[in-house]
Amino acid sequence: MKHKEVVAVALSGGVDSSVAAALLVEQNYSVIGLTMQLWNHPEVAHAPQYAHSNHALTTINDARAVCQQLGIPHYVINIEAVFEEQIIQEFIEEYLAGRTPNPCVRCNYLIKWGALLQRAQQIGATKFATGHYVRCEYNPQRQRYVLLKGLDTQKEQSYVLWRLTQAQLAQTIFPVGHFTKAAVRQKAKALGLKIARKSESQEICFIPDNDYEHFLLAKRPELIEQLQQGEVINEEGRVLGFHRGYPFYTIGQRKGLRVAAGHRIYVNKIDPLTNRIYVGRREKIFSKGLRALNVNWVALDGNFKSMSVTAKIRYKDPGFPAILEPVNTNEILLHFLEPQKSVTPGQSVVFYQGDELVGGGIIENALS
Amino acid sequence: MRKIYFDHSATTPVDDRVLEKMLPFFSTTFGNPSSIHNYGREARMALNAARENLASLIHAAPDELIFTSGGTEADNLAIKGLAFHPNNQRRHIITTSVEHHAVLNVCKYLEQRGFHVTYLPVDQYGMVSPDKLTEHISEDTFLISIMHANNEVGTINPIQEIGAIAREHGICFHSDAVQSFGKIPIDVNALNVDLLSISAHKIYGPKGIGALYVRKGIPLQKLNHGGHHEYERRAGTENVPAIIGFEMAASLCQDNLPAETEQIAHLRNNLQTQILARIPRVHLNGHPAQRLPGHLNLSFEGVEGEALLLSLDLKGIAASSGSACTAGTTENSHVLLAMGIKPFLAQSAIRFTLGRMNSSADIEYTVEVLPEIIERLRKISPF
Repeated sequence: MKHKEVVAVALSGGVDSSVAAALLVEQNYSVIGLTMQLWNHPEVAHAPQYAHSNHALTTINDARAVCQQLGIPHYVINIEAVFEEQIIQEFIEEYLAGRTPNPCVRCNYLIKWGALLQRAQQIGATKFATGHYVRCEYNPQRQRYVLLKGLDTQKEQSYVLWRLTQAQLAQTIFPVGHFTKAAVRQKAKALGLKIARKSESQEICFIPDNDYEHFLLAKRPELIEQLQQGEVINEEGRVLGFHRGYPFYTIGQRKGLRVAAGHRIYVNKIDPLTNRIYVGRREKIFSKGLRALNVNWVALDGNFKSMSVTAKIRYKDPGFPAILEPVNTNEILLHFLEPQKSVTPGQSVVFYQGDELVGGGIIENALS
Repeated sequence: MRKIYFDHSATTPVDDRVLEKMLPFFSTTFGNPSSIHNYGREARMALNAARENLASLIHAAPDELIFTSGGTEADNLAIKGLAFHPNNQRRHIITTSVEHHAVLNVCKYLEQRGFHVTYLPVDQYGMVSPDKLTEHISEDTFLISIMHANNEVGTINPIQEIGAIAREHGICFHSDAVQSFGKIPIDVNALNVDLLSISAHKIYGPKGIGALYVRKGIPLQKLNHGGHHEYERRAGTENVPAIIGFEMAASLCQDNLPAETEQIAHLRNNLQTQILARIPRVHLNGHPAQRLPGHLNLSFEGVEGEALLLSLDLKGIAASSGSACTAGTTENSHVLLAMGIKPFLAQSAIRFTLGRMNSSADIEYTVEVLPEIIERLRKISPF
């Protein structure tokens, strides 16, 4: 007896989204499973060594099998062209600009809650769901949809969703946000879902083996020559040696520098115009704050002078106290209470108050 | 939920009578036709009878029919078979830009091996002009391959005229008749064809069986080596049950011509008229008259084809866009683009192909649910 709304679930073929779909079916929604086809690298899709990862065709087949088990329709939505243009090309451009991008954040905002959400609406879905470990609640006083961390502190994934707008959140259900990962796996097992034992995937979905260096060079072969003979410069301005090419390094990097310095050195600046990497002592990679652009406000509307928050500047960041100072609707300054390591332009900074995700932005530069 | 099948061009269900005729050949008359014992002989007799009947339906001799695994293999055998024959010194093929991929991709493959291919343009209805053909014929041309009827829009080509031109120039003429066989009469002599591809699963027969008609005297390089089957032209133990099914399906079509096709055309015309009456900004793709009886290819302005198909599927209505073979890609149909249809319209095209499974109740239900879907999609769509 399906009486509730039609929900489209973004299925990756993994445990979390599969259980999300199962829960919605149990809650009497009319559920439709949608799997995105984002890229097509035949050499990877069929290769046996990648069969365990989410690069293989098995992801689509797994999602299909889950839908068959749940008795719901399943469609594969081909978003390759848009993904190439908006995610992959942007990813490359960011690296070429000497920044370290986070494509998953962008993909959620532009593709999953973009082209895929639109397709969901087109086929009659009035709600959209994913398997993210987050919670979303409507706050009537503030009249805003508030994103909250998932209950499982280890697994919670709010960090990658900071860009979601109020309109996007209004249409979304996050069925597994109230569960722990262990409980989700249990549920998958109880339902007899074939994918219950699937291992976690931590890679960027379009780069096999996380070898983004190889990926960049394959996509832009002209770089191979251009990136030759890039200098590694130390704090005194001396050339210590040469590096592989500036896009392959990130702020705070210690390994793979291939230069001798007598003491531990870390990358503290990347200059794409001169193909130079600047290195120095550990102290040099600490900053007192940061400036971020492309700010998106979630729990609050950013209409305040300053506020104490807990901030994360990386996905796995445990979070640190800071003072948030909006400059305008699109820009913020964040002042750290304690100096923080490796503020990396291109990465996302997300600010919280307790469990509530206040907002986020893209790190433009560190404040020294 | 009501289920409606409007995708007969992709495939068809096996007719009950066909299935019934096939069954004994799985477990009773199961012998290998090449065996000398009684089991083999019985199978051989049935196979021969089927071949003879099927051949006669297209006015061919029994030994002019080669059974294959389907239409795709028949196309491959026709084109590669001619191209690779040791007697063939020539390197030029003429085909059209709207052929099925089973012809186009064979041509692309041959281009990589030193052959030259001319892809004739088509008019806004998808039809080939015999004049354009003549323009491109050269001393080096050894094959002309032009489909009888197009799978996406249903347009029927002037095969007789084209065949006459080929004959005049002494060039071999192949026609992919996978969509037309069983729906419109085919006489290989009247049509002036030398090679013809047909398939069973489009005419309520089983999947996995087709045939290539090869006019006596045409030399074909064998592609499948092994035993001496199919007059030394295509090795492999004959799929007797499927061949029996193929012949039965074809005979049923023949018996029902023209009554069944008229009935299907009537339903199709009804669907077309009602859709065009109730929904604005809809365009017909393909020739309005010279068209297969079940085909209805329509572009709905402002609607994304894929979104429409999924919405129809959720309402129990099965249709397709482009061809089934290319579903799942976001590429525009090469057929529609070749017809000069603008990309935004090509992207909104849906193919309904009616057949034996359909009734007027199907039409009624469809015209009831379609306008609402189109309205919703036009509201949400980006263009």
